[in-house]
Amino acid sequence: MTRALEFLQLEGIRKSYEDGVRTEVLHGIDISIGEGDLVALVGPSGSGKSTLLNLIGLLDRPTQGRILIEGQAVENLNDRTLTALRGEKLGFIFQSHHLLPGLTVVENVMLPTAAAQGGFRAVMKTQALALLDAMGISDWAEAWPRQLSGGMQQRVAVARALINDPPLVLADEPTGNLDTETSDQVMELLLRRNSESSTAFLIVTHDSNLARRCERVIELVDGAVVREGPPG
Amino acid sequence: MLALQLAWRFLREGRTQSLLILAGVTIGIAAFVFVSAIIEGLQVNLLEQTLGSQAHISVAPEEASPRALMREPGVAFVRRVEPSEPRRRPFDQWRRAVRRVEATDGVVATCPKVSGSALAYRGAAEEAVKVVGADADRLRQIVDFRANLVDGTYRLGGEEAVIGTTLAEKLGARTGDPIRVRSADRESVLRIVGIFDVGSEMVNGRWVVTSLRNAQTLLGRIGDITEIDVRVAEVYEAEGVAREIEARTGVPTESWMERNRDLLTGLRSQDASTTMIRIFVLLAVAMGIASVLSVTVVQRRGQIGILRAVGTSRRIVLAVFLWQGLLFGLVGALLGTGVGAVAGELIEASALFDITVTPRLLFTALTVSVTTGVLAAYLPARRAANLDPAAAIRGDE
Ligand SMILES: Nc1ncnc2c1ncn2[C@@H]1O[C@H](COP(=O)(O)OP(=O)(O)OP(=O)(O)O)[C@@H](O)[C@H]1O
Ligand SMILES: [Mg+2]
Repeated sequence: MTRALEFLQLEGIRKSYEDGVRTEVLHGIDISIGEGDLVALVGPSGSGKSTLLNLIGLLDRPTQGRILIEGQAVENLNDRTLTALRGEKLGFIFQSHHLLPGLTVVENVMLPTAAAQGGFRAVMKTQALALLDAMGISDWAEAWPRQLSGGMQQRVAVARALINDPPLVLADEPTGNLDTETSDQVMELLLRRNSESSTAFLIVTHDSNLARRCERVIELVDGAVVREGPPG
Repeated sequence: MLALQLAWRFLREGRTQSLLILAGVTIGIAAFVFVSAIIEGLQVNLLEQTLGSQAHISVAPEEASPRALMREPGVAFVRRVEPSEPRRRPFDQWRRAVRRVEATDGVVATCPKVSGSALAYRGAAEEAVKVVGADADRLRQIVDFRANLVDGTYRLGGEEAVIGTTLAEKLGARTGDPIRVRSADRESVLRIVGIFDVGSEMVNGRWVVTSLRNAQTLLGRIGDITEIDVRVAEVYEAEGVAREIEARTGVPTESWMERNRDLLTGLRSQDASTTMIRIFVLLAVAMGIASVLSVTVVQRRGQIGILRAVGTSRRIVLAVFLWQGLLFGLVGALLGTGVGAVAGELIEASALFDITVTPRLLFTALTVSVTTGVLAAYLPARRAANLDPAAAIRGDE
């Protein structure tokens, strides 16, 4: 049972949406992600990539099948435990940065730590500033998100996803809204973090160049995995 | 802690909205305080006017007791009032009754008193008066003649008397003048040593206040009194205290509340309309807060989704919005009570009575406002807490 060592396992995941008619969007997905993995999730629009990412992110529950995090099934956990698990084990980066406009840049980065520890505290700032420094935007720590360019905002979002040092970061088209140059910068940040630490990344992307730089590519078509393996 | 910090940042971010609703709450609470203070002032004024010249409770034997002719079970009472006696019955063992009244809870002062009708003369003037005799200090506890003197001194020794402004005018009498007072039994000459104005025409125009002994002699009731006047600590408890006194002494009582039924009914219906106004103001405040928060919950769907994604529990999200309601209520109350109090001060100059913004009223406004804020926030807060984070982040629905 080598699989028990994986950080994340999905077993027969199905997901249906009830929208007048019942539509099954995911038809039995089995994948696993280990420590430090760098995985691209690709596929045509509507194939279920975001749906899958939300299930893995514990933001939604599967209709059928099991999700195990560090070998522990999550289906019976209550909201508080799920929330804590999410804050501690997972980082999120979305297509549009989704920063909170009422918080300063550095407060946005501290948010997951503040959520885990029940409040913003001055001591959390050091680490957040270090991350912003690594992202090359420490000068903007006290600015408001709207004062930053799209690429800079997305780098803040990356810093926010990494602040709690989660074993797995989920990124849903993190460069989808950026021009090629900034998108390359953001990708470099993610790849560097992956090579320098044991953080695993699951990145949904339409960018084949980016997918090629990952260790493993999972291709989804119509809610089913049609290919899984090294890029090529 | 986290919830309060986020609530504050949300309010700061939606500055215009926050300030607008804060203005709304402030106006509402100001109206609440202002109306309450006016009504309260008016009531205190009315009560003072009424109770300033009469006893809270008077204890007196019945003048003529109705006698039941039949008292068979199941048969309707038939009562007949016998022809009234020419004079009141003596107050049996009144000193003991005074002691018992004094020992009753809620009683702060008692005054045994003798009173009766008489005629007063001075020169050609003749007026029907009520002779009232009592110990000067005890009587002062019931009706404060000394504080309401317009001339002379308040003293009831020897052949001295004090009378009201109206009676003095009618008789053409001034301080130092003698007046003749004649009752059914006898006649005395009393010297006016003071003239009072207690705000009641009845008292100002009819009372001739003198010592207990003078009045007893004049009215032919040596050693006797006609009633015990009582002052209580809490005027609205007079009725209950009166019942207790009756039980202890066996002597009938009449409280100011029985004596002034109409006034009491008026005060009570005023209370009812104040309550209505308060409720409507609070409803308006609550609806303002609830609608603004509902709008911000919709506006912040994405942000709420992110909060949940980064590890903020439902409970915290709920608390974030409850805190916003509480802050609206608290800050609005602080500003509103200030505005209400200032407005009260401003119109007090032109009003005929004190407008009292009491600490109790401020405290009430504060608690009520904060509670309203939290309650109004509850539904929007629950909606925020129950948002499906995945859908919220996706931004659909
Ligand atoms: N909340 C929902 N209710 C009903 N249907 C949904 C819901 N969310 C997604 N779907 C459907 O599920 C399917 C998969 O959607 P999903 O967003 O996962 O695709 P995707 O692979 O992320 O596409 P894209 O590349 O365009 O982001 C789509 O057909 C979509 O219409
Ligand atoms: Mg998608």
